[in-house]
Amino acid sequence: MTKEQKHHSLPALEKKANEIRIDLIKMLEHAGSGHSAGPLGLADIFTALYFEILKHDPETPEWDERDILILSNGHCTPVRYVTMAHAGYFEKKELMTLRQFGSRLQGHPERLRLPGLETTSGPLGSGLSQAAGMAMALRMDKAQHRWVYCIMSDGEQDEGNTWEGAMFAAKYKLNNIIAIADRNNIQIDGPTEVVMPLENLRDKWEAFGWHVVEIDGNDIDAVIDACNMAKAIVEKPVMIIAHTVPGKGVDFMEYDFHWHGAPPNHEQAVKALKELRTLGGKIRSEHE
Amino acid sequence: MSEMHLAHSWDTLEPIRKGFGKGLLEAGKRWENIVGIVADLTESTQMHLFAEAFPERFVEVGVAEQNLVTVGAGMAAMGKIPFVSSYAAFSPGRNWEQIRTTIALNDRPVKIVGSHAGISVGPDGATHQMLEDIALMRALPNMVVIAPCDSNEAAKATLAMAADRQPNYMRLAREATPVFTTEHTPFEIGKAYVYKEGIDVSLITTGTMTYQAMEAAKILAKDGIEAEVVHVPTVKPLDERTILASAHKTRHVVTAEEGQINGGLGGAIAELLGEKLPTPMLRIGMKDRFGESGQPEELLRHFGLDADHIALAAHHLLLDHTNHKH
Repeated sequence: MTKEQKHHSLPALEKKANEIRIDLIKMLEHAGSGHSAGPLGLADIFTALYFEILKHDPETPEWDERDILILSNGHCTPVRYVTMAHAGYFEKKELMTLRQFGSRLQGHPERLRLPGLETTSGPLGSGLSQAAGMAMALRMDKAQHRWVYCIMSDGEQDEGNTWEGAMFAAKYKLNNIIAIADRNNIQIDGPTEVVMPLENLRDKWEAFGWHVVEIDGNDIDAVIDACNMAKAIVEKPVMIIAHTVPGKGVDFMEYDFHWHGAPPNHEQAVKALKELRTLGGKIRSEHE
Repeated sequence: MSEMHLAHSWDTLEPIRKGFGKGLLEAGKRWENIVGIVADLTESTQMHLFAEAFPERFVEVGVAEQNLVTVGAGMAAMGKIPFVSSYAAFSPGRNWEQIRTTIALNDRPVKIVGSHAGISVGPDGATHQMLEDIALMRALPNMVVIAPCDSNEAAKATLAMAADRQPNYMRLAREATPVFTTEHTPFEIGKAYVYKEGIDVSLITTGTMTYQAMEAAKILAKDGIEAEVVHVPTVKPLDERTILASAHKTRHVVTAEEGQINGGLGGAIAELLGEKLPTPMLRIGMKDRFGESGQPEELLRHFGLDADHIALAAHHLLLDHTNHKH
């Protein structure tokens, strides 16, 4: 929520997520490169964060009372860009500059170029430690009413740095961190359980001293509930394992790891947009 | 020499890393936003003084150098000035990509302190004798690279880093070495200093090798050669004006450092002179090889990193150049 503390109805949030997916497809097609599956799968989580959970102000990105959102898996930045545009950080037409020379919307997010990004990321596994450093600094400053959210991919659970950060956050009981792992089961080379098995992921995080919650990451209500619940856990940092469908909303992209790092061509984009617009109709018809 | 306020007696020995410990303690007293983060080497890196004085601002990450610098990047994002320390072989040796992305490209004022750099680490052997850190860190945009010559200068450099808003790297040595500067010897980030004036050859050095160059200048003086010693504590950004002025005056340059000449200070000076003032030069340092176990002094002698070898290089250079002229 923003400074004005606006709340949105669930149908309104679901509609927003669908609009974000539509703009994602348009943007990725225009860019001609970029990641499709992860951003589509994360659209519901980003909608929940920017329109309901986060304390932030698009007019004042550096607002010193804001919550922090770290995107550790920087390749999913298209969904952050689209959500930020919808939230009012910049005009939507700028989305069409993604990955172009001179654009503020770099292929992987660069903090110095676009106000509102909290760090520069892309190389995987280092977001959680930065979130932990921020949480630690906030604790030193007795500013624990500010929350540090860290979105991670499941593929980056392969990285050693991730687990170094996990141990650190547990050691210092950094209960002002809420991590969200996008468990979509794919990475570039294939299914995560083939490339480098992660299961039992929940047990791993619990063994590392975290409080773990598992949710359907494409259920906006569940995302909001999990984040609210996480704030009540005081003795441990919280990991929300969010099961998402990669490519969510576009039938021919869903569950297909080939869409991890590829954008739609024009024909595919037309097909995807048609489907998303139809789905938008379904969501409205369900809730109205 | 008096104008540089160097010490009258050079008999006191102290490890350069001790100066960092004292400087960090002082920085902690001056500024509340200084934090110390260490990777299981609190006393070796001399961070214990800070840790004891400011336990609430001291963070222990264990043997996890990637976490060390990324936690530092996070703390810097929230307004802290983190000093992150380990051995140079591990930081920046182990965690260079994290430094590149989350500190240099991300432009966060994290102060990376790598102790136990150079061959003089001694008995621990090649794994722990970090020789490539200057090359690694010098290649990074936004990064400042500092190699103080003694304990006093390390303390001053630490305070200067605390007040600087850029990412910095400072390399420190393990062994006790002569303290030959004083509290009045000037230090500023980005400045090189002429510690001894001369007209025949410029000895351009950094870190522990500056003391060796001062000794080499004495040896050369006995042979009637007036060497100029230019101490370059900040390898990046390079004080081009001071270095070019000295090279222009003497027309002969010998560089010396306790690390790889490829990409190190020798590389930096060769790049500068090659583009702006081609000058006959020789580079003293590790020549594309690793070290091994041994006593510091015997290693320095074996690998040619002492006053005698610097003086010898100056002789060779002057002789070669004179022969070419005839």
